Amino acid sequence: MTTLNYDVVVVGGGPAGTTAARIAAERGLATLVVEKRQEIGTPVRCGEGMPKSFLRTIGIDPDPEWIAARIKGARLISPCGHEMYINEKMAGSKTGYNIERDLFDKSLARQAVEAGADLRVKTTALGLILEEGVVQGVVLKHLGEVIKVRAPITIGADGFESQVGRWAGIDTTLKPSDITSCLQYRMVGIECDPEYNTFSAGSMAPGGYLWAFPKGPREANVGLGVSLANLKRQGGGEVRAFLDRFIKSRPEYAQGKVVQIVAGGVSVNAPLDRTVTDGLMLVGDSARIIDPMNGGGLAPACVTGKMAAETAAEALSAGDCSADFLQRYDQVRLDQFEDMFLRNYIAKEKMTAMSDEMLDMLVESIKDEQLEELTVLEVLKAVERKHPEFMEELAEFL
Amino acid sequence: MPPNVDRDTCMFCGACVGTCPVNCMLLREVEIQIDETCTDCKLCTRVCPVGALRYT
Repeated sequence: MTTLNYDVVVVGGGPAGTTAARIAAERGLATLVVEKRQEIGTPVRCGEGMPKSFLRTIGIDPDPEWIAARIKGARLISPCGHEMYINEKMAGSKTGYNIERDLFDKSLARQAVEAGADLRVKTTALGLILEEGVVQGVVLKHLGEVIKVRAPITIGADGFESQVGRWAGIDTTLKPSDITSCLQYRMVGIECDPEYNTFSAGSMAPGGYLWAFPKGPREANVGLGVSLANLKRQGGGEVRAFLDRFIKSRPEYAQGKVVQIVAGGVSVNAPLDRTVTDGLMLVGDSARIIDPMNGGGLAPACVTGKMAAETAAEALSAGDCSADFLQRYDQVRLDQFEDMFLRNYIAKEKMTAMSDEMLDMLVESIKDEQLEELTVLEVLKAVERKHPEFMEELAEFL
Repeated sequence: MPPNVDRDTCMFCGACVGTCPVNCMLLREVEIQIDETCTDCKLCTRVCPVGALRYT
């Protein structure tokens, strides 16, 4: 059996894995990243909306090659059809881009290779090399050949379906209410404003939400996530039925045609305390590091990839790849994300508990108000003016 | 008894694999493998976005 030696081996060629590989290679580490699929970037499993601000953090420039649309704000649709627009100024935050994920992933992979990382596609991880409980690399199958890759640092970047963490004994099991089942159609021949992302919630997507992210003037990703806690029918494809019902109910989408179907599971949990063990770190979806409010995982995937690579460089130069040392990665990960994701986790639990009537009332109360800023206080004032009868019920959510 | 995977419907997205509480499932490139440690909890059949996992 062929045995190869590296400083760092990364399992998974998505954005978390290739960002980790790029940064590790930039730090002078001998790095290999492997991808089980035959091509980086496909099949896409993403809504393809992306915030702007993290790109600077991971050292990547925005590139027209993978930017499909530049987004100015959001359109909200309430369950009964009230609509309102929110712009960057009202939301008090920068929006971002809608991207072509397959091209984005390939761009990150290219930059990892240019930084000096090795890359192999069509390469499946069969298991970890575990010696006295310490991870010392992975056993891979590349185009039918079994290869041993020995490395003092292994980074698991193997996505929602992650095996690497479980093989290493890290508990990444999620409870049903922290899992959403998602389905999306890339639709052409629709009507949309290419500068606004559309969002809807309520009983049409129980425990989750619906989205339409434009890719151009007549093209968008229209999709939804539904909480597993709300899916009761076995083998029923309930999620598909929810999506089809939504599209049929919206004249701007009903005439469109589907050119791509995207499916996937998304974790919407509170951050895990521990995602490292001796010789191993988990990043991105495999570390369950996704914003539980909106299911956005691309930015935290890239950022945790960078954090893990930086910790790997420190560990190797200290000659200590033990869990005690790699704990530093968990520390910086939690410092950056824990407060925000915990807050958003609570917000998600409250949002998904709201009735259709409540959501209708909220959008109706604020849609014509010309609010300067969309803060909780401003929303409450608007509700008090228009629908004082809801104030008591609304207070329960705050 | 593990469920059957309808290969004509399956998108090989791995939603079932990441959901499985006993880790008895594995996603290969275009294949879902389920081993005998399956406890028949049926969560995978509920989470599947396209209804490809069934007991028939």
